[in-house]
Amino acid sequence: MAEILEKKAPAIEFGKEERKLLTDPLNSNNPITVQILGVCSALAVTTLMNKALVMAIAVTVVTAMSNAVTSMLRNSIPKQVRMIVQLIIAATLVTIVELILKAVNYPIYKELSVFIGLIITNCIVMGRLEAYAMANRPWRSFLDGIGNGLGYGIILIIVAFFRELLGKGSVFGFLVIGNTSDYLINTTSSPWLSWYANNNLMVLFPSAMFVIGIVIWAHRAWNKSLVDIS
Amino acid sequence: MGELANIFIKSAFIENLALSYFLGMCSFLAVSKSVKTAFGLGIAVIFVQSITIPVNWFINYVILSENGIFGIDLTFLRFILFISTIAAMVQLVEMVVEKYSPSLYNSLGIFLPLITVNCAILGGSLFMVSKEYNFSQSLSFGIGGGFGWFVAIVAIAAIREKMRYSNVPAPLRGLGMAFILTGMMGMAFMSLMGIDLTSFGK
Repeated sequence: MAEILEKKAPAIEFGKEERKLLTDPLNSNNPITVQILGVCSALAVTTLMNKALVMAIAVTVVTAMSNAVTSMLRNSIPKQVRMIVQLIIAATLVTIVELILKAVNYPIYKELSVFIGLIITNCIVMGRLEAYAMANRPWRSFLDGIGNGLGYGIILIIVAFFRELLGKGSVFGFLVIGNTSDYLINTTSSPWLSWYANNNLMVLFPSAMFVIGIVIWAHRAWNKSLVDIS
Repeated sequence: MGELANIFIKSAFIENLALSYFLGMCSFLAVSKSVKTAFGLGIAVIFVQSITIPVNWFINYVILSENGIFGIDLTFLRFILFISTIAAMVQLVEMVVEKYSPSLYNSLGIFLPLITVNCAILGGSLFMVSKEYNFSQSLSFGIGGGFGWFVAIVAIAAIREKMRYSNVPAPLRGLGMAFILTGMMGMAFMSLMGIDLTSFGK
């Protein structure tokens, strides 16, 4: 009995492998650009940076917590009903996040309401539960969840930055470019400053596909090991 | 009958779940590498979609609604009951496919259980509620929506198979190109939105 206890690693440790769990999803194992998980919501919430930021935080919390909970229960979940159990864990956590967001920031909640509910069907949550949490210990699964949430968030912020800047001329709701008299300097009078007209295509769905495609292009040009050789 | 045909065509082409609403993108992009696997997943989606939407219609109007068997408004339970129905149906499909076609089961891999979280399925059920269809209309809508998703994934898989022979820049090859192609197909499907079907079938 004592031997078995000694062989067990401490429940919470933070070594090289744990750090890898956090940094891998940011780059070489990114949920959106490499694993292709959670694309639907990435298309819908990236029209404004505020929405993208709140969504990224919500997904990180839900992925981390559901990974940890599922991993704790992994030995007692029968294989045949595992999906239903996983979905109920995810749905419960999403409901908690939804209620917290409703209490803390109501305007953002109203803008996001549908998509907060759709975190349940966000493939990142289910994908990580199936691929990682069902086979690993709680602490590592928790870190894996945080890492994947951050990897998802970083792409969301990049895509939202370009869509909001080119589609609405603003960043986090502050106007940056375009023909307006709201600035310190009135740009409407100068032909050098007022040339930009908002591109409505950037607010529509297809542009999100184009922007993510270009992000993938840049990511793979920078990290050559990811290039698809098939 | 004409009305049901209208709903079928509308949900399959004009309001295509994949290319007009961009639902179910994860599996759409990941499984569209070859026409064969895309075909298998598409059939599975049609099957799950056309069963879950009528079943969810039944749950929504007979169990959850105020005029249902319990006589109280239980619509706040809609998400949990819908997702449980979908999960149960997908589990059933998974068992059937594993038994009768192990090769398809292996090539679909993690994306078979992920049909559960395919937003197109839950989205279809929620659209069915918001459009207030009756039973036969929702059946037609389910088959049409699944068929539209099937057409979209087979079409993009065919384009991607041809894409292999073209000279795409190396970093854009594969997934990157799939995103851009889907965006273009989405723009093409936007042009179908103006079609008026009201006189069709009369």
